[in-house]
Amino acid sequence: MSTLVSASAERVATRRAAVAWRRVRRNTLSLLALGAILTIIGLALAAPLVAPYDPDAPQAEETLQAPGWRHWLGTDIYGRDQLSRIVWAARVDLLVALAATAMALTTGCVLGALAGYRGGLVDQVVMRLVDTIMAFPAFILAMGITAAAGNATANVVVAIAITHVPIYTRLIRSEMLRVREMEYAEAARTVGNRQRRIIFFHLLPNCFPPVIVQATLAMGFAILTVAALSFIGLGIQPPQSEWGAMAAEGASYIVSGEWWIFLFPGLAIMVTVLAFNLVGDSLRDLLDPRMRGVA
Amino acid sequence: MGLGRYVATRVLLVLPTLFGVTLITFALTYLLPGNPALVKAGPLATPEHIREMERQMGLDRPVPVQYWRYLSGVLRGDFGESATTGRPVLQDFLQRVPATLELTLASMLIAIAVGIPLGVVAAVRRDGPVDHASRLLGVGGVAMPTFWTGLLAVYLFFYHLGVAPPPLGRLSPGVMAPTALTGLYAVDALLTGNARALGSALHQLMLPSLTLGFSVMAPVTRMVRATMLEILESDYIKAAWAAGLPRRTIVYGDALRNCLIPVITLVGVVFGFLMAGNVVVEIVFAWPGIGNYAVTSLLTKDAAPIQGFVLFVAVVYVLINLTVDLVYGVVDPRIRLR
Repeated sequence: MSTLVSASAERVATRRAAVAWRRVRRNTLSLLALGAILTIIGLALAAPLVAPYDPDAPQAEETLQAPGWRHWLGTDIYGRDQLSRIVWAARVDLLVALAATAMALTTGCVLGALAGYRGGLVDQVVMRLVDTIMAFPAFILAMGITAAAGNATANVVVAIAITHVPIYTRLIRSEMLRVREMEYAEAARTVGNRQRRIIFFHLLPNCFPPVIVQATLAMGFAILTVAALSFIGLGIQPPQSEWGAMAAEGASYIVSGEWWIFLFPGLAIMVTVLAFNLVGDSLRDLLDPRMRGVA
Repeated sequence: MGLGRYVATRVLLVLPTLFGVTLITFALTYLLPGNPALVKAGPLATPEHIREMERQMGLDRPVPVQYWRYLSGVLRGDFGESATTGRPVLQDFLQRVPATLELTLASMLIAIAVGIPLGVVAAVRRDGPVDHASRLLGVGGVAMPTFWTGLLAVYLFFYHLGVAPPPLGRLSPGVMAPTALTGLYAVDALLTGNARALGSALHQLMLPSLTLGFSVMAPVTRMVRATMLEILESDYIKAAWAAGLPRRTIVYGDALRNCLIPVITLVGVVFGFLMAGNVVVEIVFAWPGIGNYAVTSLLTKDAAPIQGFVLFVAVVYVLINLTVDLVYGVVDPRIRLR
């Protein structure tokens, strides 16, 4: 009997050790990911200083150079330095993703807070609107909007923001339904605060944790969407360098073996998105302990 | 709620959604900066000619009237005319849908055939090598842009290893399309016993469907794993362990069977991802489907096919989600109570 107990205790102990080890390793990974995001943002901000060449200047004698000492990531058909273009493109991709996420977040928060707190007709109208947006696959809707509104960077931002609004609206609405019944909400009402103040100052901040997680993960989605839109020729227009558009240019040179033109921009997208996803996942672990170990 | 009433309610609830969808696609057409009358009248048209064209096309009428004309047109299957091909958009669509369908089905098959077993094994042998592989796929796979996966595949398997054909459409040059029965070349070739076409069709389908299948494998695996983990922790599984049933019966009998029910809902999610992936994969592999058609129209600023494509995809998406809900309601009666 005692051996049985000690054996199972031992199993529990190894299980705990495994969980703890996993947490440590995940934290290291999350820190690395956070470091990657900060590095990419830093490079984007410092693009004029760190980019070794002018990203848009064609150099006729340097076309289609393979990666080497002079051009670390090679050059494209116009002789433009790939590394410089990728660094400058980080500005566009990050800025568009950030602006779209901020816009969707703000709109979603207002709509969700009103729908959740007020209920009734407001709730009905907001939720039907959200349902309609969600009836479209996100990328297809973003494609339709950008095509209709025209190829401008601002239109890409709005298109992506519109497709992201439903997630935040639904999240905030369900959180709002919960917190509006809490005692501190009742207290805020009793002392005679105006409704707008109660919603946006007292309750909304308490709905934020899941939204922050969602916003981090949405950054990754947004970057993938910008890149895919540019890849099919929508959105960011040349000569402005953008990761998806660069990969699209590189596609034509695969059959002749110039692999560096399509490879590196895609790698930049993957690393950036991966970093945002990892940070998002660990934020979820931090802010929502129920999800720990499940995903 | 009885099954009949459940079905009726769900079907009725779809109508306002579809109405909303047409409102949005109409708004997109209406928002379009280019004046369609200008495009149709041609570059040499006089202002009178353009006004006449606007009148003919009904662009001078109030917006609600225009919407009504648009809606009744759509209901009759009139999606407008493509300025590039000069044919009705619907006709162009019907010609290209089989290519998209073939690619989508093949990709879905791959994603499910790999994703479900992977998710199950990852859950059952938690923290084992398969679980780690599934997590790597879950984090890394979703971070890879689909078009880039496709380009990588072309570079590796066509340029380097030479095991894949050039990324140029559904059949190798010189191979005749099999007699059309379903429009899916692989299926048609199989049914008519056309070995040459079958080989070529499958060979061409290989890379695009692997690319697209890979792009949705991660969500499938992740969801199956999470569902399976939840089930393995549930009381009835614990009861089965306590009763001393063999491991195989518990895991692959009771747990797996119950895990597959929520997985039905995956079809809807996966389809949404597939529709987005289709567009870029069709471009990378010059696959002549509707996504390719929409993008080609984008580049020539041809509005009708794009808006038709967005509407078409949304309607299909809504109907697929409806079907998923209905099937789910039949399989799991608890859903009907919600």
